[in-house]
Amino acid sequence: MSPDPANGLPPGPGPPPAASLAHGSAPFPGLGPEAHVMVGNADLFVNWSRKSSLWYLLFATACCGIELMQAGASRYDMDRFGAVFRATPRQSDLMLVAGTITHKMADRVKRLYDQMPEPKYVISMGSCANTGGPFYKDSYCVVKGVDLLIPVDVYIPGCPPRPEALIDGIMSLQKIIMRKKNFGAKA
Amino acid sequence: MEAQILFDTLKGKFGDAVVELQGEGCSPAFVVVAPAKVNAIARFLRDDPALSFDSLMCLSGVDYKEKFAVAYHLHSLKHRHAIGLKVMLPRENPSLPTVDDVWPAANFHEREAYDLFGIGFEGSKDLRRILLPEDWEGHPLRKDYKYPDFYHGIKV
Repeated sequence: MSPDPANGLPPGPGPPPAASLAHGSAPFPGLGPEAHVMVGNADLFVNWSRKSSLWYLLFATACCGIELMQAGASRYDMDRFGAVFRATPRQSDLMLVAGTITHKMADRVKRLYDQMPEPKYVISMGSCANTGGPFYKDSYCVVKGVDLLIPVDVYIPGCPPRPEALIDGIMSLQKIIMRKKNFGAKA
Repeated sequence: MEAQILFDTLKGKFGDAVVELQGEGCSPAFVVVAPAKVNAIARFLRDDPALSFDSLMCLSGVDYKEKFAVAYHLHSLKHRHAIGLKVMLPRENPSLPTVDDVWPAANFHEREAYDLFGIGFEGSKDLRRILLPEDWEGHPLRKDYKYPDFYHGIKV
């Protein structure tokens, strides 16, 4: 296509060609001849909206919680990923398990996870939540990894992880969300 | 106040219930007393104007393998002096009178000693587990504690 001689720019899409309407029927019934229709991937749209508003449950049980607060505050500003903290599981999409989980706390973790609406994701932050960390050997009261209780999407190593690592974990989860298929044929 | 003077004062008042003075020169020295008299001695230490131990800093359980002990760290804000009390208990069914009517702060400490060592405190206002779940079996800081394999279906 040659540039438009009037302004030197490539030609835009312009109005719909009249020839296609020459047969007297609109291209999409009920929308009229001027309707503009964008065709896209529904999975892409849904996943994009989900990954862009990952509201996380503020669930801090140990020192990882301090790094979580730090990552949520202005210097690292997780808000720019659409990740804001919620104080209730009913409004949360993501459970950030930040800290040591004891057997006494295990019931509460499970209950909070069950109270979150679908779709829900879990990030295990720090060594304690991943494996029990420094309490792995010879501790009668620490759960050796939160994945014994609830399914985990992303594990972040560190003791505690720096805010950069936490943000990397959130971005990894966003990539995982973008790969999900929501509208495919049911197997 | 010197630990020896305090020991002699207690010995004069309570006689055989005051057993010995441990760790003289350490801070604090420990006066070992008989379990049955611990409440009366605690009340005397708090109320006597020359002593006035108004602060129970810490109450700990100890496992010496052949016996248990309960150690009390006392401090006087008025006189700025400190002393320790120690009570030796048998291995089987360790139990002693509570001091939570003398120092209300003792309650949480006694619950901790009960939770982790299984030491009973007779006459306590509220003696139940404080750290572990209510249905936990055993007392984990005992030297002969055996870890459970599972708790509520989760591997320990």
